[in-house]
Amino acid sequence: MAVEKTVTITDETGVHARPATVLVNKAGSFSSDITVDYNGKSVNLKSIMGVMSLGIPKDAEITIKAEGDDEQEALDALVDVIKSEGLGE
Amino acid sequence: MSIKGIAASSGIAIAKVYKLATPDLSFDKKKVENTEAEVERLNKALEISKKELEQIKEHARKSLGDEHAEIFSAHLLILGDPELINPIQDNIKNNNINAEAALEETTNMFIDMFKAMDNEYMRERAADIQDVTKRVMAHLLNVDFPNPALINEEVVVVAEDLTPSDTAQLNKQFVKGFTTNIGGRTSHSAIMARSLEIPAVVGTKTIVEDAKKDDLIIVDGIDGEVIVNPSDDQVETYKQKQADFEKQKEVWAQLKDEPTVSADDQHVELVANIGTPDDVAGVVNNGGEGVGLYRTEFLYMGKTELPSEDEQFEAYKSVLEQMGDKPVVVRTLDIGGDKELNYLDLPDEMNPFLGFRAIRLCLERDDIFRVQLRALLRASVYGNLKIMFPMIATLDEFRQAKALLLEEKDNLTSEGVDVSDNIEVGIMVEIPSTAVIARQFAKEVDFFSIGTNDLIQYTMAADRMNERVSYLYQPYHPAILNLVNNVIEAAHAEGKWAGMCGEMAGDSIAIPILLGLGLDEFSMSATSILPARTQIKDLSKQDMASFKEQLLSMDTADEVEQFIREKTNQ
Repeated sequence: MAVEKTVTITDETGVHARPATVLVNKAGSFSSDITVDYNGKSVNLKSIMGVMSLGIPKDAEITIKAEGDDEQEALDALVDVIKSEGLGE
Repeated sequence: MSIKGIAASSGIAIAKVYKLATPDLSFDKKKVENTEAEVERLNKALEISKKELEQIKEHARKSLGDEHAEIFSAHLLILGDPELINPIQDNIKNNNINAEAALEETTNMFIDMFKAMDNEYMRERAADIQDVTKRVMAHLLNVDFPNPALINEEVVVVAEDLTPSDTAQLNKQFVKGFTTNIGGRTSHSAIMARSLEIPAVVGTKTIVEDAKKDDLIIVDGIDGEVIVNPSDDQVETYKQKQADFEKQKEVWAQLKDEPTVSADDQHVELVANIGTPDDVAGVVNNGGEGVGLYRTEFLYMGKTELPSEDEQFEAYKSVLEQMGDKPVVVRTLDIGGDKELNYLDLPDEMNPFLGFRAIRLCLERDDIFRVQLRALLRASVYGNLKIMFPMIATLDEFRQAKALLLEEKDNLTSEGVDVSDNIEVGIMVEIPSTAVIARQFAKEVDFFSIGTNDLIQYTMAADRMNERVSYLYQPYHPAILNLVNNVIEAAHAEGKWAGMCGEMAGDSIAIPILLGLGLDEFSMSATSILPARTQIKDLSKQDMASFKEQLLSMDTADEVEQFIREKTNQ
């Protein structure tokens, strides 16, 4: 069963290089398949180029989905990163 | 082979060549049968590249700080990105092509995609992909892809030019000297070489073509000469010259803790130009009586976002604390012109040196400027801070900048933050109009610091980066001397002080002239301080002052130079 959560980006510059790097690194530490959806597009959250190609701006609503053995753990950890990096809520 | 260049930083270096230049990465697209082996070859190149990037990142973290190292974290992620690597591998397997071709085709697809985005920031990520691709390509082709962080033996660095981040990463333990094709005495790489105290010759035009990897090379930063594959005799001669230079430095060092006084007992202040808190050690070691120009641009350069107030505060505080009660003149952000910040997304200009730069930018983007002013004000209680605004063309600009400073001071005070009450606020004089009406400015500013590098190029209308008009870069031109004199007289008439923070202040022909004109403060590369102090010890200020009218009414720069050479036996 996949799990998912939607968050709103509050950072002035959106998801730029530094937080994107932290997110992708964190996603890479889990075995589940993880994606992020924005504006009708879905990309692999373990791919820095995928994440950056979305060009996620301030006020965007993004949905993170995880599916696999550690899906809940992965989703919680990623949402934590988004909060602790001041990216969104 | 001997090549003439411009002496940028004194000393002699003798070592092997390390070329800091992108190698030839051309290749042929080929069909391959054993695609497994080809994928393996790709994976190996990726592994080596990742290891190197780890090394580069660690080195950047140490020499430039965490924020600068982040770009390499992004590069590492790109190399590990399944969305990039899988398609390359599939391309090899499905189309039976060699790894080089698969790498290029697939990365180009991504580069084009990023370049097409309507966001400047994203377009620049294309450059990141290009950067890492080159490194992987080099390893597929079995050639070195150089980086300052990878140097681990004694070498002379040979390059087309050196970027600020290249120079900041040069490890003095291994890099004995450097030489470049382009640049002049006031170019960024030359200034950095002097602050690192590494011998350097710039502007050789052809050294990158003339020297091969591992050739023995001599860099003579005293006379501006480079010798590739010298004879044994030449090596001996230059070893002697190196030893003589070391001895000369010892003689200079005797004046390290002495004040700067002329033969007729007149004191002037010899201070240093710096770019980062790390440069302060050089100022202290060379007997600097303060910092006359702290260029704050480096805090803003080579990054992906603006430096925070706290980050700036720490840097300013560090410099002030290290200098104790000695004066530290901090120049506020001078960006634009030849110094760009890509994250600010400023439009390209036809004439960047005459365009939206320095105080012009800061007054419009006061959101950026206020952060710096607050950081400076907070740091002011840790030493003897003086604040200087760059590129002031009108009194209005100065008044506006000062008003913002006072506003932020009030804000901090009402927040309960301590701020010094004795901060002098002055301007850099680099625009001729300001030099001409210095009398009016002198009533309002606390000091002047003449920035000759720009003042000369604006007065002579000659781009100092353009080699074809470099003959017009004439520090001793009577027009320049008259402007400088005007500024000094204006300051003294109002009981203020006048300094100079351009290259001219450390020049052995200019020093006697400036002493005679009554300049109070000479700010130069740290390594120029002791030679200058030695020179001033033997000069009489009164004698030099007696030549003033004569010098100011001369016809040409040559005439001025001849006259000074004769009078001072140079």
